[in-house]
Amino acid sequence: MNKPLRHIAIFCGLLVLALLLRDNWLQFVRADELNSHERNKRVTIERYASVRGNIIVEGKPITGSVDSKDPLYKYKRTYIDGPMWAPVTGFASQAYGATQLEKLNDSILMGNDDRLFFDRTLAMFTGEQKQGGNVVTTLNAAAQKAAYDGLGDKKGAVAAIDPQTGKILALASTPSYDPGTFAGYSRNDEKAWVSLEKDKNKPKLNRALREIYPPGSTFKVVTAAAAIEAGKIKDINAATDTPEPYLLPLSTKPMKNHAQGCENASLMYAMQWSCNSVFAKLGDEVGRDKMVEMSEKFGFNNPEVDTPVRAAASVYDKKMDRGGNALSSIGQFNTATTPLQMAMVTAAIANDGKLMKPYMVDKLEAPNLDVLEKNEPQEMSRPMSQETAQLVQQMMEKVVNEGTGKKARIDGVTVGGKTGTAQHGELNKARPYAWFIAYAKTDSGSPVAVAVVVEDSDATRDDISGGGLAAPIARDVMQAVLGKR
Amino acid sequence: MSVVTNTTTIGAIDAPSRRNTELVLLAFAVAIPVFAYLNVGLALDGEVPAGMLGYGLGLGLLAGIAHLLVRKFAKYADPILLPLATLLNGLGLVLIWRLDQSPRLQAMYKTFSPDAPKQLMYSAIGVALFLLVLLFLKDHRVLQRYTYISMMVAIVLLLLPLVPGLGTDSFGAKIWIKVGPFSIQPGEFAKIVLAVFFSGYLMVKRDALALASRRFMGLYLPRGRDLGPILTIWALSLAILVFENDLGTSLLFFGMFVIMLYVATERTSWIVMGLLMAVGGAVAVGSFATHVQSRVAAWLDPFECLKTAPPDTNMAWACDQMTQVLMSFGSGGTIGTGLGQGNSDLIRFAANSDFIFATVGEELGLAGAMAFILLYGLIAERGLRTALAARDPFGKLLATGLSGAFALQVFVVAGGVMGLIPLTGMTMPFLAYGGSSVIANWALIAILLRISDTARRPAPTPAPNPDAEMTQVVRP
Repeated sequence: MNKPLRHIAIFCGLLVLALLLRDNWLQFVRADELNSHERNKRVTIERYASVRGNIIVEGKPITGSVDSKDPLYKYKRTYIDGPMWAPVTGFASQAYGATQLEKLNDSILMGNDDRLFFDRTLAMFTGEQKQGGNVVTTLNAAAQKAAYDGLGDKKGAVAAIDPQTGKILALASTPSYDPGTFAGYSRNDEKAWVSLEKDKNKPKLNRALREIYPPGSTFKVVTAAAAIEAGKIKDINAATDTPEPYLLPLSTKPMKNHAQGCENASLMYAMQWSCNSVFAKLGDEVGRDKMVEMSEKFGFNNPEVDTPVRAAASVYDKKMDRGGNALSSIGQFNTATTPLQMAMVTAAIANDGKLMKPYMVDKLEAPNLDVLEKNEPQEMSRPMSQETAQLVQQMMEKVVNEGTGKKARIDGVTVGGKTGTAQHGELNKARPYAWFIAYAKTDSGSPVAVAVVVEDSDATRDDISGGGLAAPIARDVMQAVLGKR
Repeated sequence: MSVVTNTTTIGAIDAPSRRNTELVLLAFAVAIPVFAYLNVGLALDGEVPAGMLGYGLGLGLLAGIAHLLVRKFAKYADPILLPLATLLNGLGLVLIWRLDQSPRLQAMYKTFSPDAPKQLMYSAIGVALFLLVLLFLKDHRVLQRYTYISMMVAIVLLLLPLVPGLGTDSFGAKIWIKVGPFSIQPGEFAKIVLAVFFSGYLMVKRDALALASRRFMGLYLPRGRDLGPILTIWALSLAILVFENDLGTSLLFFGMFVIMLYVATERTSWIVMGLLMAVGGAVAVGSFATHVQSRVAAWLDPFECLKTAPPDTNMAWACDQMTQVLMSFGSGGTIGTGLGQGNSDLIRFAANSDFIFATVGEELGLAGAMAFILLYGLIAERGLRTALAARDPFGKLLATGLSGAFALQVFVVAGGVMGLIPLTGMTMPFLAYGGSSVIANWALIAILLRISDTARRPAPTPAPNPDAEMTQVVRP
């Protein structure tokens, strides 16, 4: 009986071998796949198992963690001034995942980042509880508050940048939401989430970074810069050869001017009163390719503007005909931009032609406040020469001092700006977007550039609405930044 | 151990008894679970668990008494089996205790009561049964006498759950009977009793089964009258599957029978026939039993099945459980999360019984799970070695049957939990929560020890030869 018995022994050995192989397959080969599977709750459990690090503005946290007394997820995220900061923080919800900074810096906030390895090992020996690191932002609390309060119950967005460094100072979007209302996974959280999802006003949309609008007349600063760079304008105070009415190329349609005195107006005058005809003609003269080149230097058509939260790509159409290009040059037709993009345009002009890469995370900190990563200002491009930038600045300052942007004036400070009212919708029937872009300037250069858009306002359909509605918000934001300095 | 003083030519030097080896191994087998217990306590609460002293003493006491009795009553028994069983049982207790501490399971089941104390009691009963077997079963060959009684007992045990009022239908499988406050799984005991019956029966019939057969297409086909018991077992295992919804037990019995038949007759054709019959039965049952179908669906692709299965059906349940188990293994990775630091309680129902191996996988990782598989493999290997060493055919067959069944059970459970084969509801021997399982497996180890004791016991010393003493003594 011993021979078959040995066979049985081999058979049992094979059974054991099969188990071992299967175990290796599961726990070694497929481990990562299973571990990161969307149905695997362990990621979320881990995320909320320890005190999560905070997102910090000017030394103060705008997030927090509370013990949720829950058997599944130990801690719950809380938010201070949630709706105001939502476009910056995003959310971290036990049921609905995480977005924006909460998502992008999850491993730091969770305390699982490889760079925190030493801290974790140390904590293991000292018996301290695991803690997450912090994300320190570049934002300015006063500017953010001014922007959020200024928008109030209107629908719109504000983006403000420090032109010299690219630091994002404010990022507001209304209507907003409170990420704290659905941070857990209870029935109430679900209710809050569902009602946000169903809301026609899309409160969860980050309008400052993720929505593109036709920029309207604010785009004229780009056209002006392109025209000067291309040599089409030598003297901004010289009269241009612009007929009234101006017929769009390849069209018999006369272009409508809201402003008076646009015939043969100088570039300075055209900017001050926002003459459509002058800029449309200039855009046509510069040509589509040069216009595309200029706008791309400012960041248009770039799908990877990461702040690190990725902004939607702003558009300047590369393939349109002459008429389209002329219309695009005054910010209509296919041109569309995020508020951040217009803030970048303003910042580049204010910074004498140098565009800094916008960013909102200053540094990442370990729980013991050691700096893990520090973001330094980076040059993104040079859309124009210093001379051109200063010429455009002169015109924008005139707009604020004596033109359509008077409401943005701040005593004792040089302010440049440009209004805009973007028509959109079928036959331009929808209510226009009111735009305002502006920068403030002191002796040591410009500390702030800002872009404001207000949607669906009750504004009248003329160019003043940008100045009337959006300019005061821009002024408040700039004042908040200046007051800090 | 007596010093060899006689001077006969046929000097019988005592085989080493290896009892001291066993004692050293037992010390490890007690120490490792105690440290594991400490580990869980530190991981969960950051302090030394309160029951540590009592628990360590309890386990040590059980192991110590068992060792002393083995030393006394089965002096030559295999030295590794007892430490292996002690280690597995001890670690099982730790794992069950660890799952008891899960706040999630406590929150989920309103009538929650910790299982570890009960398991400790069952372990004590198991060790007591182990001692009783060693005490009263002086020679395993005695069991031969009870061949046909064993058969009756086995059949009764297997059919008990079908008796109305006695059997309880919990979670789809009718494999429990309820006696007072206790639920018993008679199948676990039937495993041993059936092995006794098979050994006794096959020992007598092996020649008839092996030789009186006709050759047909390269296979030896047995005579009709010899085929009877085989078909009976086949039908019985199918009946268990159909009426009790117990895929695992039926597979186990049939597999055990085929193994023993093969060893008894040395005919490969039995294996071929056994496989054919197993496949035939499985296909027949699988084609109409939804219970089996959902298990197969959950085995093929649990994540996909979860998407397609209608919610709140048996199939959705099976698939969900399977995905949880797989993710538990995956999350463990190579070295695991550490005892007490995993989330295997997400498996919820039966996390500490049928699925306890997933906790091993998650918290001890690939390394720990492989170690466990090897421990089980070692038990089967020692059992088969015992069968090889046994000198009587009955002992050989019994040891083969018991260790073969043990190996099959481990394969079916661990393979099912890891998704190697369709899942069947059976317990991981010694590790899983469940009184019947622990008690029956301690008895199984006791019988194996008894057989190995008999096998390794040296032949009795022949009577001294007076002549030899006279002529061959050379004194300095």
